[in-house]
Amino acid sequence: MSTLTEAPPPLTPAAPAKKPPRRRGRWTPYWLLLPGLLWLVVFFALPMIYQASTSVQTGSLEQGYKVTWHFATYWNALGDYWPQALRSVLYAAAATVLCLLLGYPLAYLIAFRAGRWRNLIMILVIAPFFTSFLIRTLAWKTILADGGPVVGALNTLHVLDVTDWLGWTAGDRVLATPLAVVCGLTYNFLPFMILPLYTSLERIDGRLHEAAGDLYAKPSTTFRKVTFPLSMPGVVSGTLLTFIPASGDYVNAELLGSTDTRMIGNVIQTQFLRVLDYPTAAALSFILMAAILLMVTFYIRRSGTEDLV
Amino acid sequence: MEQYEPDDRLSPAQVAAMRRSLRTGRAALTRRSLLRASAGGALALGGLGSLSACGIPAAGKTAGGTSAEDHSAQEKRISFSNWTEYMDVDDSGKHHPTLDAFTQRTGIKVTYTEDINDNNEFFGKIKPQLAAGQDTGRDLIVLTDWLAARLIRLGWVQKLDPANLPHAFANLSGQFRTPDWDPGRAYSYPWQGISTVIAFNKKALDGVEVRSVSDLLDNPELKGRVGFLTEMRDTVGMTLLDLGKDPAAFTADDYDAAIARLQKGVDSGQIRRFTGNDYTSDLTKGDLAACLAWAGDVVQLKADSPDVDFIVPDSGYLTSSDNLLIPNKARHKTNAERLIDYYYEPQAAAELAAYINYVCPVDGVKPYLAKIDPDAANNPLIIPDKAMQAKSHAFRSLSAKEETAFEAKFAKLTGA
Repeated sequence: MSTLTEAPPPLTPAAPAKKPPRRRGRWTPYWLLLPGLLWLVVFFALPMIYQASTSVQTGSLEQGYKVTWHFATYWNALGDYWPQALRSVLYAAAATVLCLLLGYPLAYLIAFRAGRWRNLIMILVIAPFFTSFLIRTLAWKTILADGGPVVGALNTLHVLDVTDWLGWTAGDRVLATPLAVVCGLTYNFLPFMILPLYTSLERIDGRLHEAAGDLYAKPSTTFRKVTFPLSMPGVVSGTLLTFIPASGDYVNAELLGSTDTRMIGNVIQTQFLRVLDYPTAAALSFILMAAILLMVTFYIRRSGTEDLV
Repeated sequence: MEQYEPDDRLSPAQVAAMRRSLRTGRAALTRRSLLRASAGGALALGGLGSLSACGIPAAGKTAGGTSAEDHSAQEKRISFSNWTEYMDVDDSGKHHPTLDAFTQRTGIKVTYTEDINDNNEFFGKIKPQLAAGQDTGRDLIVLTDWLAARLIRLGWVQKLDPANLPHAFANLSGQFRTPDWDPGRAYSYPWQGISTVIAFNKKALDGVEVRSVSDLLDNPELKGRVGFLTEMRDTVGMTLLDLGKDPAAFTADDYDAAIARLQKGVDSGQIRRFTGNDYTSDLTKGDLAACLAWAGDVVQLKADSPDVDFIVPDSGYLTSSDNLLIPNKARHKTNAERLIDYYYEPQAAAELAAYINYVCPVDGVKPYLAKIDPDAANNPLIIPDKAMQAKSHAFRSLSAKEETAFEAKFAKLTGA
């Protein structure tokens, strides 16, 4: 803040500008940004350049890798792994929609109806984050175990027959199927949906609801015309915070899925660590990033909000 | 700034000026201009030229040679990286009795770290240092055959001095003496042997008999309840044996045939999933009725859940080993060699074997082990008898090209 206190003397509109405005303050905002920018350069820009370089290299571990501008890696990677890429988008989208359907009522409840329980419920939402991501995902293996009560109940109710027909599960089990992976994704990213929704909803002035009531709006109309539009920033940022990490996730597919549920994150991991095909892994990472960037840009444009939260 | 009341050092006018300057002045910082500025900066900084500058240097051609100056005499210590649960532990859970005995006898302090959890991940971790010819900070590491072979091929590990390894040379069991990737054990000594067998859960099988890999792949009653391993050599090796091929001398066509056989199991939904070590929980819960498994795990699982057992197929089983290696530039090479030699003394080897239940690579251990744990001494999974040794097969080492091609095919099989 010391830089700030040395800011130029106040420029009052009334004072005639006798000398050209002092330019000392011109760089101040950039100096303030410097730590952040440095961080960005060292931990984002440089790795990105390195990764971009890797993606156009060819070679092997023995011979070393050289940049040969081999852009075909991108087309080959897309040609080989488009099913996993498409699957990632589908699973992440499904998980995001489920998160929204589950998270909105809960966030609404916390914001408007919870009263003195509000803090307790918030803690309950965040509490699972005190254990590791891995443990939380592994817990689902116990919950959805073949002989467990959940799968037993679903079987008795013939729910699994329907999901099997839809291709979401296989036989009379849930684990190692697409449904299990989407469940895991939904569960793991739910708080990222609830928190922004809650902040958005909590800001809505209660008097607006009263006003809507005074104007003879039914509760459903109030929700449709007042609450939901005002919570849009929360919806948009919540869906982004859920969709982006979910589409790159590989832990859920690894632990809860099978061979036909592998996502793009799994492919990148395998290519990088197992096959040692660093260029393909780097190219796939870029493709994933580009795809997410495109989708997110389109989504933000369409949703017509630039203010997130 | 809206909610924050500026303190008395800033007059309201100053704040207003600051805001103006940030929002509308020459230095106006809109999101767009910032993005433009940082993108431009990144491009200017990186430039296309630097893209080509950051290739990965060829392996094995590191400047400055492979060995560092040996500090063993001055610094009586060694840093030892191993897999989790691969060392004896006393009841308090804090001390490793065999390591303590080593320190007591030699005065060499051992920093024992369990930081290896997966061969591929660990390779990713140490690769940058080794490729750049730097010290990894580790004097002794334990890696499975194929990765040990790769490090030797890349020239990233140091040749051992036989003069420091009298016990190891004398007592190494014949089964492990001449792997094709390190004939005569010039660079490596086995820490423990690993047998790949078929494990099953009696309750989950419910009377279905499993005797071979074919049963796993073909029996319709096991559909969706069969697991294979993500370790390519174990899964493909056992399938090759089942097809009547020798994993020590197979061709690329044989490999493709084994992959095709497994692919059928994947397509039909017979194979539930490919697992790492996590098959153990699936097996005890009964989600997997039968699967490929590592015998050392099964011995431990059996102790906890009586339903779990294993069989050795008639076509044979696969044996591999985890090997002690001294990476390039390690500072305490002689100390590390003394530790290797110590674990080839039958008494220390017996204490270790009694605790961790893997295949003991040391000859002459049986009488010592019988004193500690008679059951373990008679367990062919720990001390293989003649019949067991006859069924043991090794997976041949692969050239760099083969390794990439085979791993890529296997990756495709497992879904990516």
